[in-house]
Amino acid sequence: MILREIADLLDAKVLAGEKHLGVEVKTAFSADLMSDVLAFAKPGSIMITGLTNPQIVRIASIVDNSAILIVRGKIPPDETITLAEELDIPILSTKYILFETSGRLYANGIVGCIRKIEGPGSVVPL
Amino acid sequence: MSREYEVSFPVKGDNFEDAGKVSVEIKRLLKGHGITGDILRRAAIATYESEVNIISYAQQGNINVRVTDDSISINIQDRGPGITDIEQAMKQGYSTANDRIREMGFGAGMGLFNIKNCSDSFEILSEINKGTLLKILINR
Repeated sequence: MILREIADLLDAKVLAGEKHLGVEVKTAFSADLMSDVLAFAKPGSIMITGLTNPQIVRIASIVDNSAILIVRGKIPPDETITLAEELDIPILSTKYILFETSGRLYANGIVGCIRKIEGPGSVVPL
Repeated sequence: MSREYEVSFPVKGDNFEDAGKVSVEIKRLLKGHGITGDILRRAAIATYESEVNIISYAQQGNINVRVTDDSISINIQDRGPGITDIEQAMKQGYSTANDRIREMGFGAGMGLFNIKNCSDSFEILSEINKGTLLKILINR
């Protein structure tokens, strides 16, 4: 899907990077934990998140996300949008929740940028 | 032409607004010096996590990146509390982060683990109440 189709599908507002709406997206990574985005997101994937601070744009630039899709109807602060224009990262915002957003994209052919974690996975001590 | 290149940036502790700024700049510079693909990505991710660590825990720090023909070495030196138990700090999920760090999407105990995963060699030297030195090496 191209970003414009994603925006239409999710009734999303385009908040930055209007000129990149023709970019094709094949994979996605959903997370509210930016360390997980750094650890697992792959180049070209769209980042789906509920966070809105400028960090999301810097992280997207580091891991070469094709765009950021903000869920739950959140609108990021101006700093985030300005930085996104500066670093050339499109931002879309949809009112759908993270689960619905991910499910709707998956139903339309977007897959996870990885399927599952290799190795033993995270162990969180009590 | 030699591919040797070195750059250093100071990072101020507690400056959450600018977290990641230095790492984005370092990635841009490395790219300009012909570093690409997986190597660039690993260097950028390791630098980002380290920068967030300085901002989250130390008073101030410095990120030094040195590129040679065969490697990228990234040294992160901070003046801060140091790490009491390095083995525990390395464990996934272990964290001493406060709410401010967590609001930013960090502080889940993935940082040092991520850095190690991005490195070909990774060393932590820490002294309590003085500071911490992370030595990251990525082979080209």
